[in-house]
Amino acid sequence: MNGLVVMTTLQNHIAQLFPEEFSWILNLLFYVVFIVFMFYGQRIQIYVMLREVEGSLYKLKYIKEEGRKIAIETIKEIGKPETDPTARVDRFLEYFTISPQSLDPAGIVGKLEHVLDVRDTRFKDDVKLMAPAADKTQTNNLENTLEAAMALNYIYKVIRHFYLLGKKTLSLYVIMQIQMILPLVMREAEAYASALKAFAYGQPIGDGAGALVAAKLTHGQPTRKIAKDCISVTVPIEGRTAYVIKAEGPGGNVGKPGDAIKTIIEENEGKIATIIMVDAALKLEGEEVGEVAEGVGAAIGGPGVDQFKIEESILKYRIPINAVIIKEDIGDAVSPMRKEIFDAVDKAIERIKQVILEKTKEGDKVIIAGVGNTIGIGQ
Amino acid sequence: MSKASSSATTKISSFVLLVIFITLALSLVALILAINAWYTPGQEPVAGYLLLIGFLGAALSTYVLLQTRKRIQRLSLKTPSITTTIECRKCGFKSIREFQRGDYIFKEVEPCEKCNENMLITVISREVKEKRVKTRF
Repeated sequence: MNGLVVMTTLQNHIAQLFPEEFSWILNLLFYVVFIVFMFYGQRIQIYVMLREVEGSLYKLKYIKEEGRKIAIETIKEIGKPETDPTARVDRFLEYFTISPQSLDPAGIVGKLEHVLDVRDTRFKDDVKLMAPAADKTQTNNLENTLEAAMALNYIYKVIRHFYLLGKKTLSLYVIMQIQMILPLVMREAEAYASALKAFAYGQPIGDGAGALVAAKLTHGQPTRKIAKDCISVTVPIEGRTAYVIKAEGPGGNVGKPGDAIKTIIEENEGKIATIIMVDAALKLEGEEVGEVAEGVGAAIGGPGVDQFKIEESILKYRIPINAVIIKEDIGDAVSPMRKEIFDAVDKAIERIKQVILEKTKEGDKVIIAGVGNTIGIGQ
Repeated sequence: MSKASSSATTKISSFVLLVIFITLALSLVALILAINAWYTPGQEPVAGYLLLIGFLGAALSTYVLLQTRKRIQRLSLKTPSITTTIECRKCGFKSIREFQRGDYIFKEVEPCEKCNENMLITVISREVKEKRVKTRF
């Protein structure tokens, strides 16, 4: 009310500055502005939100195009294809995966695993066709590069969908829901953008912290292939026999740690004193990058197939499971490994040794699983 | 193709520019009116209001214009500098160089300058200088 009085007084004062015959224009303008804001306030708010989404969409489009360009250039450089791979890359970027029906959830993990295996084989076959000269490591890296480009393409399309839908319907709630999550979506897109070059060049990424722990524990020892894209190394640690598992590097790969752990447990007829899983985990804001924390449970991300298999195996023989995590944010997880994460690997190894000393006896058998993408990390 | 799309991405909307310049022009008019009001007896409070509106309008439009320009400059993918540390396991000699395609951790590379033993890549990492957000927590 007070504001209205001030506005009216101001309007009267300003009106006095103009010649008498024009003061009605100012009055009219004042009422028009008042009425427009009263009836079209929400619509103006919608346009402001649309502008904000549009700005981010421009940026997403740029990032997506860059991703596509990097993928094509890398394929041309490494794969030496005889024909232009652009059309095939464009087709690859549109690939989708349909998850199994969950109305009757019994047996869904097996179905999901099968779909993911088919997807993986299909991707690898396509990459081989696009880049015939690439070796196994390069094929894995190219597959990761294309997957990052695919994720960027998908993010761009989803945001564009809501933007256009909002523009078409002028519904505040359609636009608002996308505008509210936009900062988080942009963060994820920027993370994938930095992942692109890391994958293209085969640089180790933050997610590989677990794999690096395993590699440091086993370097120089003979390896054994234990599951698809997964190796196991037997090493003595503090008087115990440790079966160290990691994905087969240095190509971009996460392997199948679920199958690997199951195999080792079955080979030893369940006589495993403890399992220690090491993985990179998302930190909360305010926590330091490279902080090492300890807990219990299967420390593994992804679609859940491997976590399910590990939990099934340990339940059968009632094997205790411990977890050591190295904290980092989403951007660090998919971009080249930060110095802080590299330094945290040694701290994680110390923690593992401490757990082994505290929870097991001399002569026991333990499993140490270094989980994560092993790109740029050998063994 | 990519060049064309990136130029489309970095374009400032003419509508936004029009709004910015209209606001700037109106702010200048408010400032001129403020000067006129100042010299009119009894209109000093109005001059104050107009001065405030004029300055606020000018500051806001300049800020929006600068922000739009800044956003265009920000549209580029930064390539962080990645270093590779090579170490000799025998004599401990270390050398640090830029990352090269094909490098990976635990890869055996050229022989050591000092003892002629094969050297090993032990670290591939990037240094990040993070701006710390001041917080009490």
